Amino acid sequence: MTASVSPPSVSRPRRGLREHPLTQLVKVRFLEFWREPEAVFWVFIFPILLAAGLGIAFRQRAPDVVKVGVLVSEPHAGALSDAIARDSRLDVLPLDDSAGMHALRTGRIALFVVPRAERTVEYRYDDTRPDARNARLLVDDAIQRAAGRSDVATVRERHVREPGARYIDFVVPGLLAMNLMGSGIWGVGFTIVESRRKKLLKRLIATPMSRAQFLASFILSRLAMLVLEVGAFLGFGILVFGVPARGSLGTLVLVALTSALAFSALGLLVASRVRTMEGASGLMNLVMLPMWIFSGVFFSASRFPDAAQPVIQALPLTAAADALRATLLEGASLSALAGELGILAAWLVGGFTAALALFRWR
Amino acid sequence: MGASVITAAPALAVRALHKRYSDVVAVGGLDLEVHPGECFGLLGPNGAGKTTTIEICEGLLTPDSGDVEVLGRRWSTDERELRQLLGIQLQETQLAEKLTVRETMGLFRSFYDRGREPEDVIALVQLEEKSRARVGSLSGGQKQRLALACALVGDPRLLFLDEPTTGLDPQARRQLWELIGELRAGGRTIVLTTHYMEEAERLCDRVAIIDHGRAIALGTPRELVETLGADHVVEFALGEVSSLSTDVLAALAGVRSVRGSDGSWALTVGELHVALPAILAEVERRGATLAELRTHSATLEDVFVSLTGRHLREGG
Ligand SMILES: Nc1ncnc2c1ncn2[C@@H]1O[C@H](COP(=O)(O)OP(=O)(O)OP(=O)(O)O)[C@@H](O)[C@H]1O
Ligand SMILES: [Mg+2]
Repeated sequence: MTASVSPPSVSRPRRGLREHPLTQLVKVRFLEFWREPEAVFWVFIFPILLAAGLGIAFRQRAPDVVKVGVLVSEPHAGALSDAIARDSRLDVLPLDDSAGMHALRTGRIALFVVPRAERTVEYRYDDTRPDARNARLLVDDAIQRAAGRSDVATVRERHVREPGARYIDFVVPGLLAMNLMGSGIWGVGFTIVESRRKKLLKRLIATPMSRAQFLASFILSRLAMLVLEVGAFLGFGILVFGVPARGSLGTLVLVALTSALAFSALGLLVASRVRTMEGASGLMNLVMLPMWIFSGVFFSASRFPDAAQPVIQALPLTAAADALRATLLEGASLSALAGELGILAAWLVGGFTAALALFRWR
Repeated sequence: MGASVITAAPALAVRALHKRYSDVVAVGGLDLEVHPGECFGLLGPNGAGKTTTIEICEGLLTPDSGDVEVLGRRWSTDERELRQLLGIQLQETQLAEKLTVRETMGLFRSFYDRGREPEDVIALVQLEEKSRARVGSLSGGQKQRLALACALVGDPRLLFLDEPTTGLDPQARRQLWELIGELRAGGRTIVLTTHYMEEAERLCDRVAIIDHGRAIALGTPRELVETLGADHVVEFALGEVSSLSTDVLAALAGVRSVRGSDGSWALTVGELHVALPAILAEVERRGATLAELRTHSATLEDVFVSLTGRHLREGG
């Protein structure tokens, strides 16, 4: 009996890095990602399409021509129209009263000029709209000059149009940060919740697998993906839109890395207890939506009230977007980014620790 | 390995185990002892508490009270060591669909300090041809075999299988039985749950019949059937209601026990060649006609029915 208790001993010790559980876990994460075409689309293709769309919508244009209307039925309308039309930045439309008011309401003209008498005009416009105020200034200038006003001070102009100050330059680093957040939280979160739902997590903890290694594999696999994700997106922004990359590559790598790790840790935390996919989507949106709004991806976060700033600045997406912007656009040094990197590192450590403690394995 | 002489120390010892979920008592005072090298079956109907019991033994659930000792170790103090020694198949696990069979085995192999070659285990469960196929593309039986392979790759000393053949067609079930039979012949200790009495009869050295969280019978399948004191079961139904009664039937030659009503009866009998003619004669004498007549050798199912008055499976 003693001899037959252990079966023909073909058992052997585990060997090498290839058979190490962490290697295997990371490999599996990676394979699962690449075999999911939708995930590949959302991580790689979608952000590029989004950047392309925004780039086209906000592309550099010749200074806009402002359309203004003049009430034709008045006796001085002709002379007034000529005076305004002399400024090439203004385009004059002769309109009757009702057509003029309609055009004003629908935004087809920014300003409606009503000649009242010799040397008397009335401007009708929405004074809360910057373009309407701008039109008023230009039209008034043209009319006053035609009426004989001359400038007293001498002015010289120099036009500065530099890459780095355009909207596309502002938005590309923001989109990159947002993408790192999305792929971190969705990528990690959905895989975990799905594994929990299918009882795969329970099966895994029935083996000697280290739980910390399992969670770490999600974070580590993001590293491998990161090179491609950041490379493809930034490559596109730099080559197609001429977005500047002024900082050093090392700084960029470190900032992207810290951001990606922090977001994956957040993904682990979000997924640590949810059991259903619906619950997971809801919670992920709840976590991400405030950051989409407040973290300054599409417009500067400084527009929000001062009282809210401490909270906004502590959000990981704010830190990531600001750090990426500073690196790419201003060439900021590592020491200048210490604040943002510190915030991201805190989210990484805090998120991972909390996730490990809260995690529900069945 | 195997340095010490094998003693009578049980591979698994469970004493006075209790577990309740809010208003349900899942396990209500269970004692079990599994010897090294034996295949032990927990047989019981749905909701009997089999999964709860086996998962407590696997260290996946904590009991409310009671004592569990696995391979002489305890979950509270020796979890790391125990995990290396056990092979576990859960009642329901869906493995990652996007991975191939080989990748899945590679992953599970990596968790164990010592274990078998993934390819060898794939061959053992006859999945060589599917080695490069995605798990999502496997049939139900192939998935069950892969789940078994995952339990075997760490070369476990003790194997826990929770309903390894449920949901399989008869042919796939038979294949899996052969496989488990080979493992058992190889001297591995196996604890399995099932609600198929044939499975328990065919695979298990000893069986505990579980109902409502308690072991209501324990022994080898043979011993359990022998407790019926009868080798055969005669079931018959009458075409119309007659005056036949339990007492009348029980008094017939060779009949050991009777259950039934409304013209439908099941009798356990010692000697079929004595009892059957007597039953037929009695039916004839009462002027009744038979609508149905069946006989079979007594099984664990009949043991369960005689103990609980219910069948293992509805309609079974
Ligand atoms: N997580 C849970 N919460 C509440 N009740 C539970 C839970 N798990 C099991 N039960 C209840 O405990 C009892 C025993 O369940 P268990 O899963 O152990 O039965 P089983 O013998 O494995 O049944 P089956 O053959 O259907 O797998 C059942 O009544 C079940 O409803
Ligand atoms: Mg069960």
